[in-house]
Amino acid sequence: MGKIVAVTGNEACALALRQINPDVCAAYPITPATDLMQRFSGYVNDGKVDTELILVESEHSAMSACIGAAAAGGRVATATSSQGLALMWEMLYIAAGTRLPIVMPLVNRALSAPLNIHGDHSDGMGARDTGWIQLYSENAQEAYDNTIMAFRIAEHLDVRLPIMVCMDGFIVSHSIERVEYVDDADVKNFVGKFEAVHPLLDLENPKSYGPLILTDLYHEYKRAQHEVMTKVPAVIETVSAEFAKMTGREYNLFEKYRLEDAEIAIVVMSSAAGTTKDIIDQYREKGVKIGLLKPRMFRPFPFTEIAEALKHVKAIAVLDRADSFGGMGPLYSEIAACVMQMDSKPAVTNKIFGLGGRDYLPDQAEYVIDELIEIAKSGKVKTVKEYIGVRE
Amino acid sequence: MSKKFWEELPQGSVVLEAGSSAKFKTGSWRSMRPRWIEENCIQCMFCWMYCPDMSVKVTEEGKRADFDFEYCKGCGICALECPGKKGNKAIVMEGEGN
Ligand code: SF4
Ligand code: SF4
Repeated sequence: MGKIVAVTGNEACALALRQINPDVCAAYPITPATDLMQRFSGYVNDGKVDTELILVESEHSAMSACIGAAAAGGRVATATSSQGLALMWEMLYIAAGTRLPIVMPLVNRALSAPLNIHGDHSDGMGARDTGWIQLYSENAQEAYDNTIMAFRIAEHLDVRLPIMVCMDGFIVSHSIERVEYVDDADVKNFVGKFEAVHPLLDLENPKSYGPLILTDLYHEYKRAQHEVMTKVPAVIETVSAEFAKMTGREYNLFEKYRLEDAEIAIVVMSSAAGTTKDIIDQYREKGVKIGLLKPRMFRPFPFTEIAEALKHVKAIAVLDRADSFGGMGPLYSEIAACVMQMDSKPAVTNKIFGLGGRDYLPDQAEYVIDELIEIAKSGKVKTVKEYIGVRE
Repeated sequence: MSKKFWEELPQGSVVLEAGSSAKFKTGSWRSMRPRWIEENCIQCMFCWMYCPDMSVKVTEEGKRADFDFEYCKGCGICALECPGKKGNKAIVMEGEGN
């Protein structure tokens, strides 16, 4: 068993990066991810890693440098948050379309305006269509474990795609929790040697990255990109199973909590799932058959598997820590697509919560569960989309 | 360009064949055509340097030769940059149809 420590999410992810020792890391500071890369640059400074750390002038440059380094044939990592991710936007698509396995912890934070530095999923959800794999973590342990697994997933020869490892800004990134580390040697062994595919630095075999592809082939390239995403879930399952063998910690595409015999269910990602599980326990004691489903893999989204896992419930509340203004919450849209595949059609509501770091408190979970009980009885949904925990 | 099925495409659109851009003939884009006036040419090679393609040919002795119209897209940069001799340009642009 590895060392048990009391650390923040950022600290744990920085340590994972030290253990993995990437070839190149290009980064630019942004709250709340600053502290992660600051700690990692400390490892660089102290000679604990061989990583070439490139200090750039913006996140757009950070991702550009990561793309160049990955195309050159290196194992590459960076980290960012919020506006930083937004500034990377065009480069995110290039990393994915060029099939470069860059690993990026994303410390989820709200987007401006108004300016806010606290946690919500607006940044990650804004990047959901970029072609990156996205894993969401509930706590520091999951963020650490996901970071280690992310290298194996991204670099898998069937995949070769960039990956974001998401954790909630401040709630996870800056809170001290119990984390069980994996020994350095075990991480090294688990992650293995980096295998470059078409490296630019292989000068014997010259090649070009980033050609112009017009109407005759672009559509085909996108079809191929869709195809590779369909291979990701199986790779995540295999890598997670291997990780479980090493650590005893089990991960799947999503987590089910007291869901098997549930009549009503909450779907929520990341740290809010922890609070929700506590409240579910309280309702279970009162005899309410409530369960939870926590997606870990948001991109690609496991539609069929989630449809199967939720098909027996009567009512579902989907809690989104991000909004699509004028549309439905992003997680709701995915769950609604799952429900479309079911013969039984459970009622589904969408609750927008916790924007800009607004605390998700037990009374919000209780409100949602009380309403779910009513919906399960009557079969009627009064309001499909609603903000909760809002002063009104 | 061969029309491939999506299953046959190289990963990440990487071009694995070196020098394949020579196959991409851009001459058909041209509506203006540069004309070289050899007697005004001082062999400064500015045109060769500035040409965004590979349309200014060079002899084995390193001297400026005529244009390669398979690639020349008629952008006119060479004519603009050409210093010529005593104020007389060694490259002039002419309409392709003229
Ligand atoms: S017109 Fe443009 S493309 Fe043609 S030779 Fe001159 S610089 Fe090159
Ligand atoms: S730029 Fe003009 S003068 Fe110079 S080499 Fe070319 S044609 Fe001759």
